[in-house]
Amino acid sequence: MNNETVHKLADALRNHRLDAPMRIMEVCGTHTTEFFRSGVRDIFPAHLTLVDGPGCPVCVTANAYLDTAIEIGRAHGVIIATFGDMMKVPSSYSSLAEEKATGMDVRVVYSPMDALEIARHDPAREVVFVSVGFETTAPTEAATVIAARDAGIRNFSILPGNKLTVPAVEALLSLGEVHIDGFILPGHVSAIIGSEAWRPIPERFGKPCVVAGFETADLITGTLALMKMIASNDRTVANEYARVVRPGGNPTALSMMRRVFEPDDAEWRGIGVIPGSGLAVRDEFSRYDGFKKFPVTPPPVKEHPGCRCGELLRGLIAPTDCALFGAACRPERPVGPCMVSTEGPCAAFYKYGGFDR
Amino acid sequence: MKILPGHGSGGRLMNELIEKTIRTRLGAHVQLDDAALLSIDGPIAFTTDSFTITPIFFPGGDIGALAVNGTVNDLAVMGADPRYLSCALIIEEGMEMADLERILDSMRAAADAAGVAIVTGDTKVVPRGAADRIFINTSGIGIVKKTPARREISDGDAILINGHIGDHGMAIMAARNNLSFSKGLQSDCASLKGMIGAVLERHPGSVKFMRDATRGGVASVLNEIVAGRPYGAKLREPSLPIRDAVKGVCGILGIDALYAANEGKAVMVVDNDAAESIVSVLREHPEGKDACIIGVIDGTHPGKAYLETAIGGRRILPLLTEEQLPRIC
Repeated sequence: MNNETVHKLADALRNHRLDAPMRIMEVCGTHTTEFFRSGVRDIFPAHLTLVDGPGCPVCVTANAYLDTAIEIGRAHGVIIATFGDMMKVPSSYSSLAEEKATGMDVRVVYSPMDALEIARHDPAREVVFVSVGFETTAPTEAATVIAARDAGIRNFSILPGNKLTVPAVEALLSLGEVHIDGFILPGHVSAIIGSEAWRPIPERFGKPCVVAGFETADLITGTLALMKMIASNDRTVANEYARVVRPGGNPTALSMMRRVFEPDDAEWRGIGVIPGSGLAVRDEFSRYDGFKKFPVTPPPVKEHPGCRCGELLRGLIAPTDCALFGAACRPERPVGPCMVSTEGPCAAFYKYGGFDR
Repeated sequence: MKILPGHGSGGRLMNELIEKTIRTRLGAHVQLDDAALLSIDGPIAFTTDSFTITPIFFPGGDIGALAVNGTVNDLAVMGADPRYLSCALIIEEGMEMADLERILDSMRAAADAAGVAIVTGDTKVVPRGAADRIFINTSGIGIVKKTPARREISDGDAILINGHIGDHGMAIMAARNNLSFSKGLQSDCASLKGMIGAVLERHPGSVKFMRDATRGGVASVLNEIVAGRPYGAKLREPSLPIRDAVKGVCGILGIDALYAANEGKAVMVVDNDAAESIVSVLREHPEGKDACIIGVIDGTHPGKAYLETAIGGRRILPLLTEEQLPRIC
């Protein structure tokens, strides 16, 4: 898209008139940051509010999961392999970064395949991959498990903490505590699951949805389309990212995911257990399930008393409503996960929200 | 052949290493006494820096070239003519001698290109695991000639850079992570001595501030300039020279190029009237051939460094609080 078109889109957004307040939610953590980074949030028309949703995989990971991962590292002396985002997330009593500093063998990897490589090169050590993420990462994690089995690598396992986005949005709306007029849906996740997968949101809950990409033009087009759909009460899913997202998604990735994983109940930070919103390793691959391979009893879960990440992830408050924000909770010393991840709403507000504060 | 503990023992192995390998390769300026004796006229600039980079060899350079150019550039941006360097090597037991030789050759080549002499040094060997193959410290002395004017920065001053942003940092990240699509991406590691000397010579008084944008990148330098001041620094996103390969690696790793390290880039704040003509001077040099104006000092948001995006939105460029870690998706 050329510059002139983008400028015209920007003017259309800037000059769009809303007569009443409108609240839209972006479900994806990448959208959270891109709305800031592109400056699109800065040119929103009056009355339009962007509410950050539960779309940062690190943020929605419950303390109990991380406590268990750390306990496995301590009790079994394994190599813990993780995405960088997870390093500083506070668990009930510690964090992977703190554990690493005090001697746990924690390795940051960019892909689960890198973790498998560590296992291949060091057959005497057990490697356990901290498998968090949404539908975007689950197919790669599934592919890694299959690759491990095909190569006969036995010193590798994953801790399945993967989550599904559609059930989370449904759960959020079922709680009935947050008012949202429409949703900007994640482009990458939708590329895997397909735009059709979101139909329950308009059909069951009457909320218009737009699947959007991540370029500046995508963000503006998506926002403009959603505002119009809300105004005309158009209860469908519009696909404004058709160059990448198909109605049925990516069948290869989906079948890979379904081969290794099956839906399971999962605990989300702030929301609680959502039925069918997680992925468990199928029995056929249970040898690669780190929870089964390394049974532990983690200490009782402890939440930080002042942390409001839960309410934030349910769309009830903005980061700046939390008393800890920017004071006791800062990126270098985070209290809650939303301040840790690059995709976390608090981290994004802290980093880019300087004109709003 | 590998480096052994004996190479740092003070005995025959160490003498051999210094005589046959280090001194031969770094050049005859290296004095073997306890200190180098030098005579210098006029005020001097003196600086030191330690280099611990992984990997030690990377596209566009290595730890040796970096150790020389880093210190040379620290002197150059202060308006000094770099003359003498020291070189302290901390080597991990077991390092390949051939790798050490390659690094020393590279230091010599960088020193010759920058017109500085390595005059003294030190060598230590530490047990395996106590260092990451090799750490290098260089200190440097330069003769102060024309310093940046250090006049008060004010509204309307132009912000310049001498070329592409983030090349070094992203070349290193790509090399660390074997990102295959980053082929061709190279560190910008280079001496800026000649280029900066020419600017200060031809535009004395117009350059108000100059800093090499190494760790923390361009955004960190800008924050340093505006902290606690009655003005802010506005960058125009469409004017930023960032290579597509750098954008690609940044996108994959979730890193902002404005915070990525550079090893051959200086950010300058100059009088607006002289900006275009300073850019022309920069462009006469290979390290400055892509020089351009990237932003302006203005009073709208005092104390803040920020970006005006392509669509006219604003995004703040805060001071980095921690190391940038790769993200999940």
